[in-house]
Amino acid sequence: MDLGNLGGIFINACLINNFVLAYFLGICPFLGVSGQYATASRMGGAVTFVMLISSVCAYGIHALLIAVNAPFLQLICFIVVIASTVQTVEMFIKKFSPSLFRSLGIFLPLITTNCAILGLALFQTNKGYDLIECLVYALGAGAGFTIAIVIMAGLREQLDLATVPGIVRGTALSLMLAGILSLTFTGFAGLGG
Amino acid sequence: MTTIPNNEHSMDTDAFIKGLWRENPVFVQVLGMCPVLAVSNTAMNALAMGLAATFVLIMSSSLVSLLRNVIPKQVRIATFILIIATFVTIVDFVIQAISLDVHKALGAFIALIVVNCMILGRAEAFASKNGLLRSVLDAAGMGLGFTLALLCLGVVREILGSGTLFDVPVLPAQFQTWSITLLPGGGFFTLGLWLLVFASWSERRRKQMAAPQEAD
Repeated sequence: MDLGNLGGIFINACLINNFVLAYFLGICPFLGVSGQYATASRMGGAVTFVMLISSVCAYGIHALLIAVNAPFLQLICFIVVIASTVQTVEMFIKKFSPSLFRSLGIFLPLITTNCAILGLALFQTNKGYDLIECLVYALGAGAGFTIAIVIMAGLREQLDLATVPGIVRGTALSLMLAGILSLTFTGFAGLGG
Repeated sequence: MTTIPNNEHSMDTDAFIKGLWRENPVFVQVLGMCPVLAVSNTAMNALAMGLAATFVLIMSSSLVSLLRNVIPKQVRIATFILIIATFVTIVDFVIQAISLDVHKALGAFIALIVVNCMILGRAEAFASKNGLLRSVLDAAGMGLGFTLALLCLGVVREILGSGTLFDVPVLPAQFQTWSITLLPGGGFFTLGLWLLVFASWSERRRKQMAAPQEAD
């Protein structure tokens, strides 16, 4: 496995096909938790962390399901394993690092229903990545999510100080901002192959 | 909730109607945004996605409603997700059998119906507390409201982006298509504009309702 290929996978997941802005995965936390810069960056960290773990799990399940010849159970197994992994990770962190647990707070359980996590598991299976490639892909996707949500939070913090018509405030304005961000990220399409 | 229904029949109708308009899952509650933005680039995709989600919603709501006294409280969310995942797997294979093109266009987003917060939300907030008939009506209303919202986006994006509607040309050939509406960014813009339209409608409605009271 050469490094150039891995770099390509990372750039692809992080910038070109950014999970939030190009694939529309994880829109709920993207709109919901991007009010403040500090919480947004923590959310990004939590998502990246869970992505890495669930990526490895999904790789294992896929291999196992192929071995027992039951690929139609893929979706059900993925969602159950992701949900229980998040639960386990939550208990581990609570036990071993209470400070990290406090800073992640409510975000960990919420990540279970984050479509970016399940999307990652499905995409890596469709693309037939091996274990190392899966890890790099998960890292790239997590980094992409973090970048998007942090930029969004920065913009929205500035926006609180601006004067906008009352009716535009809220979700509609956030969506317009997301649209502009998404257009910007379209510009990365020229990077890589 | 502005009116309190006074009999059983109107409550059933209300369970159906509220999902279409007053509590529309997309425009009012802003739930289940991922598929709304991702597959609404043509009206056909939007319709297929809406119907698939509606089917999953109705089936899982009725099953949850039937089993609501059997499922232990502590594991209810996990059970709901399992039920939903089962029906999504069925829908995935059915769409693949009916039309391979649509299946390819929707891609992973059929599988991602599992984590659509709208469906889990209805199971938790409505079906697990109500009888079969009302749960089905509620699910049908929400599902149709979701389909309606998807179509609103899909129609606008397809007409402006490629000058067609359900693959039939509707705009004159001289029209310079706005291919931006087919890009991901266009999805955000179109949804933002629809939310604005909805917000201004309900704002005007609220003023109209308030006006006679002020006159008194």
